[in-house]
This record gives sequence, structure tokens and C-alpha cells, in this order.
Amino acid sequence: MAEAYFPVGPGLGMEENFLSLDDILMSQEKLPGRAESALPRLAVLMGQGASSAESIPEGSKLEIPLWLAKGLHDSKRRIISVELPKIYREAWRTVFSADANVVDLHKMGPYYYGFGSQLLNFENPENPEIAQTILQATWGGSVLPVSDSVCSLQTFIARFRRIMDSSQNAYNEDTSALVARLDELERALFQVGQKGLNDFQCWEKGQASQITASSLVQNYGKRKLAEVDG
Amino acid sequence: MAAERGLELVRELHRAAGGHLPPFRTEEMRQALEEMRALYERNQADVSEAKSGRTDLIFLIRFRHCCLLRNQRCLLAYLYDRLLRIRALRWEYGSVLPNTIQFHMSTEEVEWFNQYKKSLATYMRSVGGEEGLDLTQDIKPPKSLYIEVRCLRDHGEFEIDDGTTILLKKNSQHFLPRWKCEQLIRQGVLEHVLS
Repeated sequence: MAEAYFPVGPGLGMEENFLSLDDILMSQEKLPGRAESALPRLAVLMGQGASSAESIPEGSKLEIPLWLAKGLHDSKRRIISVELPKIYREAWRTVFSADANVVDLHKMGPYYYGFGSQLLNFENPENPEIAQTILQATWGGSVLPVSDSVCSLQTFIARFRRIMDSSQNAYNEDTSALVARLDELERALFQVGQKGLNDFQCWEKGQASQITASSLVQNYGKRKLAEVDG
Repeated sequence: MAAERGLELVRELHRAAGGHLPPFRTEEMRQALEEMRALYERNQADVSEAKSGRTDLIFLIRFRHCCLLRNQRCLLAYLYDRLLRIRALRWEYGSVLPNTIQFHMSTEEVEWFNQYKKSLATYMRSVGGEEGLDLTQDIKPPKSLYIEVRCLRDHGEFEIDDGTTILLKKNSQHFLPRWKCEQLIRQGVLEHVLS
């Protein structure tokens, strides 16, 4: 119950948390982009080319990590321009609107929601639709200005219901099948739900006042045994 | 290149679940800082060239700058998250850490832990009247002054307030004051038995 380790969580909306490990891993995900001018020696820098005189010609397609895209991007598009990855595009949006629950979001990039929120930082005429599809309404603090366009049921809201239900009803079970198709944000929510459920059950059984060994300590004990054996 | 080592450090820490503290990677840290230094020096050289007219270098400078920032972010997050884990150790383990954990910490981290202990102790002494208030006790609301405990492993002799010593042998059960045993229960030596 009283676990004292509180890591820095991922940022909400369009801002990342600088010190969050989750956000650092999320911003490592790659984006498709296009070189707007000849980029000298980029191949070597990205670890792809051998000769140092090679330069990537203008117009060629690149896959760059999000942090680099954010750093090199500017509104005049002098260096690179970014495109939407296909899972955020029109075709997939219709899949989500049909039934959001069947999609395996873990395979789509384990940080679907976080990455999607970051994409809104790049100007793109489809931004309102992306936001509508992914985020809207659940993040009370940062409600985005969306058009009245009738966008069918938002992915998050659609999936959230099922996550909440399953996390509150799976007590003492193996939940790996349930969480396999959730992305990282949904998994965190699922775990919060499970913890609440476990704490409540513990209280119901009258174990709330029982002092327990801290799970941190137990983990260290197990690892020590493993080191001694191995 | 492109902040790979910094990212590897972050990934390792992210994998270590439950607040566990993996060993401090001095070598990787040194390599990442070395990479940053090399990037910085090359940028310095290129900036002076760019100022005298070579505008095609601007992209490279910008790219290196992004890498530097990325490295900085990874390393800072790595160090900060480790400190959060070490802080959790003070609350979960107590003020004396076993050697196995201490080996995983760098000298600066051990120093930080000692300072944190001192700050916490000063603070706890300053609240709650004369003797201070031990905030690390009574994490769960207590129901009674004395509790029944069972020993999970041999721990030797244990002295309680009125002077009597109790021998803690595996599987022996005792009826002891709560405030003396809370620490040992959290460390896994004793087990709180509910009747």
C-alpha cells in the first residue's frame, strides 16, 4: 500500500514532461518525413552511411525519431517536413470509428495516445480530426478546439469503458490477455484500477491494518537469491 | 551516435520495475558525456565557420544541438529517477541500507542519501513536541498497541523497552509492542499475524 517510489509520469496533452522516462521512450518513436533541402552528412550522423561526403538529396524520404523531428521542424519547412504515420490517417480513423475495441494498440506503437498528442505540435490541416479521434473530453484540463464535424465515437472514450470494467472485475486473475492489446497509457490506467480493487478487497477482508513487508524489500530479497544461485 | 547510450540508460531504468535500483553505470555515463563533449567541440568549430559564410553547415549545427539536448535530457532523467528510487529506500527500508544495495549506488548517491537522512531526521525532530515524531512509523493506521508477530528468519536477540531480550528464532511467535517491530516487519524479518 504505502509504496514510496513516485516516478515522474508522462505529460498530458501536447507537452512532454522533461524528466519522465516514459516520455523519453515515447519520443524515440519514429515518424516518416521528407528532406526539404539537401542534408549533408546526415547519413553518417544517423549511422546509416559509410562515406562522410554522402549527403541525402532533397526530397528523399526519411524516418526520424520524434525528438529530432521536433528539434529540426519549423513553420517555414526549410529543413524537413513531417507526415502523419499511417495509423493516424484517414483510413485508420475509420477503423477506429467502426469499433475501437478490437484494435491492438500495443502493436500500433506502444505509445499511441502520447505520440498522437505530440503530433499535434506539427501544423497539419487534419489536426482537429486527429485530436477528436484520439483525445477529446477525457482530459478535462486541455480541451482542444475542435470543429463541430461529426466524428464518430472517439477511440479513447470507446476503449476506456472496457478498460475500466475489466480492471475492476479481474481480481486475482492472470490479466496478461486483457492488457496485451492496450497501449502504455491504457496499461497505466488498468493498473490503477487493479490497485484500487485490490486495496478495497484487502480492506473488506480486514487486512487493511496488517503491516506488510514492503514489496520493494521483497523484490530485493528475491533478486539477491537469484544472484547467489546464478 | 544520436544519443544511443543515454537512451540505453533510460531504457534499463524503465525496465527495472517496482522501484528497484540497478547498479550505477559509470562507464556508459562517461561515454555519453564524452559523446556530448565531442559534439559540442565540433559545433564550436562549425559555428565560427558558419559565421564567415558557410550557410550549409547550419543544418549540421542544429542537428548536433538536438543530439546534445537529447543526451542531456536522458542523463538528467536517469540521475533524477535514481534519486527518486533511493529516496523511496529510506522510507521502505529504514536508515541503514544493506551492502548489496549500497554497491549499486555511486559515491555521490550515497552522499545524497546521507544528506536526505539528515534532513528527514531534522524535520522529524522539529515536529511533534520534544522527542519529535517518527513519520516512517505507522504507515497504516494502528488498531492496537501490541501486536502478534511470527519470526520468518533467525535474527538474533532483540531488546524491548523494559529491558527484556527476546530471541528471534525462525517460526517463533511473540506478542510485542507495535513501534518496536514495525521496522522489522517491513524488512521481512517478522510477519504480522492477525488473530
